[in-house]
Amino acid sequence: MKTVSTHATTFARRLSAGVAALAITASALAAGTAQAAENGKFRLGIVTFLSGPAAGPFGVPSANAAKVVVDALNAGKLPAPYNTIGINGVEIEPVLIDEAGGATKQVEEFRNLVERQKVDAVVGYISSGDCLAIAPVAEELKTLTVFYDCGTSRLFVDNKNPQYVFRTGLDAAVDNIGAVRYLAATHPDVTRIAGIQQNYAWGQDSWNDFTQSLKQVMPKTQMVQEQFPKVFQGQYGAEISALSVARPQVVHSSFWGGDMEAFVLQANARGLLDDAIALLTCGESAIDRYKDQAPNGMIIGARGPFGAFAPENELNTWFKTTYSGAFTMAPTYPATKMAHAILGLKYAAEKAGAKPGSVPASDAIAKAFAGATFPSVSGTATMARANGHQNVQEIGYGEYVYDSKAEKGTLRNVKTFSGDCVTPPDGTTSDEWIKADFPGAKCN
Amino acid sequence: MQSLFAVFIDGAIYASWLFLVAAGLTVIYGVMRILNMAHGSFYAIGAYSAASMIGWYFADGSGNAWVSFLLLIVCALAAGLVVGTIIERGLLRYMYGRDEILMVIITYALLLILEDVMKIVWGVSPYFAYQPYTALGRVSMMGLKMSTYDLMLIGVAIVVGGALYAWLERTTLGKILRAVIHDREVASAMGVNVAKMFTITFLVGATLGTLAGALTAPAISVVPGIGVEVIVLAFAVVVVGGLGSIEGAAAGALLVGLCRAAAVHYAPEFELFVIYGVMSLVLAVRPQGLFGRTLARKI
Amino acid sequence: MRFDKTEIALLGVGVALAISGLLAPGWLIFLLTVALAKGLVVQGVVMQMRAGMVSFGQGLFYCVGGYAVGMGGQFLGVSSAVLLLVLGVAAAAVLAMVLGLLLTRYREIFFAMLSLAFSMILYGVLVKGQALGSTDGFNVHSWGLFSGPASNPTMTIFYLTLACAAVVAFFLHRYTRSGVGVVCEATRENEVRVEYLGLSPRWILYANYVVAAVVSALGGGLTALAAGHVDPEMAYWTTSGEFVFIAILGGTGSVFAPFLAALVFALVRTYAIELVPNGWQMILGITLLVIIVFLPKGLWSLFSRKKEGAHS
Repeated sequence: MKTVSTHATTFARRLSAGVAALAITASALAAGTAQAAENGKFRLGIVTFLSGPAAGPFGVPSANAAKVVVDALNAGKLPAPYNTIGINGVEIEPVLIDEAGGATKQVEEFRNLVERQKVDAVVGYISSGDCLAIAPVAEELKTLTVFYDCGTSRLFVDNKNPQYVFRTGLDAAVDNIGAVRYLAATHPDVTRIAGIQQNYAWGQDSWNDFTQSLKQVMPKTQMVQEQFPKVFQGQYGAEISALSVARPQVVHSSFWGGDMEAFVLQANARGLLDDAIALLTCGESAIDRYKDQAPNGMIIGARGPFGAFAPENELNTWFKTTYSGAFTMAPTYPATKMAHAILGLKYAAEKAGAKPGSVPASDAIAKAFAGATFPSVSGTATMARANGHQNVQEIGYGEYVYDSKAEKGTLRNVKTFSGDCVTPPDGTTSDEWIKADFPGAKCN
Repeated sequence: MQSLFAVFIDGAIYASWLFLVAAGLTVIYGVMRILNMAHGSFYAIGAYSAASMIGWYFADGSGNAWVSFLLLIVCALAAGLVVGTIIERGLLRYMYGRDEILMVIITYALLLILEDVMKIVWGVSPYFAYQPYTALGRVSMMGLKMSTYDLMLIGVAIVVGGALYAWLERTTLGKILRAVIHDREVASAMGVNVAKMFTITFLVGATLGTLAGALTAPAISVVPGIGVEVIVLAFAVVVVGGLGSIEGAAAGALLVGLCRAAAVHYAPEFELFVIYGVMSLVLAVRPQGLFGRTLARKI
Repeated sequence: MRFDKTEIALLGVGVALAISGLLAPGWLIFLLTVALAKGLVVQGVVMQMRAGMVSFGQGLFYCVGGYAVGMGGQFLGVSSAVLLLVLGVAAAAVLAMVLGLLLTRYREIFFAMLSLAFSMILYGVLVKGQALGSTDGFNVHSWGLFSGPASNPTMTIFYLTLACAAVVAFFLHRYTRSGVGVVCEATRENEVRVEYLGLSPRWILYANYVVAAVVSALGGGLTALAAGHVDPEMAYWTTSGEFVFIAILGGTGSVFAPFLAALVFALVRTYAIELVPNGWQMILGITLLVIIVFLPKGLWSLFSRKKEGAHS
């Protein structure tokens, strides 16, 4: 009996000691970071994929862009009107976080960013699932959050009255409405269309938007084949055979990253792209890597006026030069989008009316951001949808051409469609807008 | 008719690839009873080293497709031997005899570590090593244009499978290994150096993994995360075929490959379910897999 | 009713955590909530491990619990957290009763792979389900303990999770020492001998499977309430793999082990992400490898080693 009670006490003591040790470690670490947080700098959370398949094509170019822009802002080296130091005269301290791991984990990390790392604002998120999950948390914690890339049309449908959440990237429906408009303008006679999409929300939504728009704009077209391989499959032998058998004139794909590059390589090698034109809504992100492995005339997009589609202006020239200088390649669209988002945040923060040299309050930044029109590396952005929380900009598509002398991929026949031509107005979902034949669309 | 032919040829190509990926896993499991999660990392390491090697070989813009094909294989062998040796000698050999599930978790930790090691060595930018793939051109069959490289994969898979089979069935070393597979303790009592057999097996398994990766690299864009994607595929094929059996892995690969190709051509919406559907059905009918042995229950 | 030392300790730790909830910063409370909820899922894995079955598909029930919470709010308009959790538990119980009939015929790796296959089939169905947002998933509607919306959801879910964890841990502790629990362990050691004793291991494993599913679904429901979002990734095999990992990390020695392991896992991961954003997987892998290599019976052996020494 005595031994049992001794065991029990030893046991209880060990257990409480263990719990206490854990608690102390955690709070010590917490205190450490909290102290680092109170340093008077503008702490900017940057969340993007640093591991997994989205890191190479999207995450790391974005993180690189954030680095050059933040460094230059801190040195006050950007062209006007962004030539002031940091954000509102306060030096920016970036806090970089990996977006991998799913929505639950990202909610946890977002809370850690805000409550442990005390960031003043967050810019990030590529995955639509992460954006949907983060938006209500950002509102709850009253943290200014700028989504720079995720495209889901549901973002401001689920979150109807956004206060602190902004999106500087474009709605994904824009990609496919734009793609259809481009096809109608450049290849009005095609009738046989096929599609290959990754089997997840992004691919399904893209194909849905594309086929619905096509029915309105080019009613004579028919869908001859649709394929939905698993995401990150990488090998498309059977799919390419199935597509070839259907003899399409255009193959639409919302593939991205390694999947897209692999598909282009395999489809081109097997002659599918000799007979059919590929239309890749995310195609620009690999423009420097296709080389001669993609056919000339392949239609590519950049999900807006980003990357190679970004217009010439002083800001963009600066960005392209600095980025290429630091990373030996031109910025692709994810990089431009990140720079664009940070500039938007800076613009709003400096219009917030706070004393220069102080960190503006989230409320004030949010008020200044809503409905703002700001100059950017991608031209002029207008926060014109979802109560001024969603950016509206033009979208460009063009044909890929490989210049074998310069060993460089370039664009030709670029056409852009104004934001009001491809973006649904407030109060209607993209799906309804497409089915109603784009009421109120103003096309140039 | 054309699409039926396409189902067979696409199915055969995909099955060959599946077999190459699964063979190493089944060999290691058969002998060592380790369900090696890090097999996906071996695959990825093979792909990355092959891609760098091809990039270097074709750097000046010229090169011979057949030489590059040989380079792929050499590269895979080297990578497999190096990585396999490091992991087996440096870590796993201290773990033998531990619980089977503990070994799974150890290899899972290895997978996490290797994922970042690869990031440090190769970065995250995609690698293209298309030269061997495109240089071999394509052939027309029944109006379908097929890649010669893909068709060659079928040959490679047959050679690899045949070699493994012959090795296990016809050589003395193979006989010893089969003795270890059958009963580790008795084999050990008969004077077999089980630890040495384990080392050999692990190196063979690892090399098969890197070989699969190296042969796949020219057809894909090599990016982080490709290894994780193949693990479950390989597991499923191995389980369908019967764990530890080379014939089983071949049969499993063929079954899954053909079913998948048929789904792609005739019912694309079910493609996502094919592999798990096949696995559930096979296990429901044959709980030990197609070629698995039923073990007598020990009292 | 007499309480043994574990049960007293359980009460002590529960009260300590409840008090620390008043002092801890928001992020730590959230981390604790999710760790406790995931700890519950891991309890389901551990229960089966004690019976010699390793489920690589426990994400199935985690996901069912989570989606029941999400869909209950979305389609049935339920705003009571308790009712939503009951819904998830009931759904998981029904599903487990059906699947258990087939799965309990399998052992070892075949059980692992078949449970994984079922989980992946659910994943596939959800990915196909565009009405449910496919892979993007959807957000959980606002809820309250008995009717919504709660004034402070973060604290409400923390105390709800803590209460659930404590109650489940108490019953699991009793369960492992009850007849069924002991036979489960006996089955792991030697199934044939259990049969010779006149017992039916299959039905015992079946009951164990269903209870494990219910516990895991509860964990899934709590995670969904806390995170406010569900997506099919909950049923993906890597999620299930993580649960097995945490189970091994903690060990099967005590009801505390899964919670402790889930907490350690979460802390190591979040600090690895913060300190080494580009190499956190490696840090996580190495830490876990070291723990497994030096504490093969799990973190819990730190607390019970002395006792074992006394026995041997």
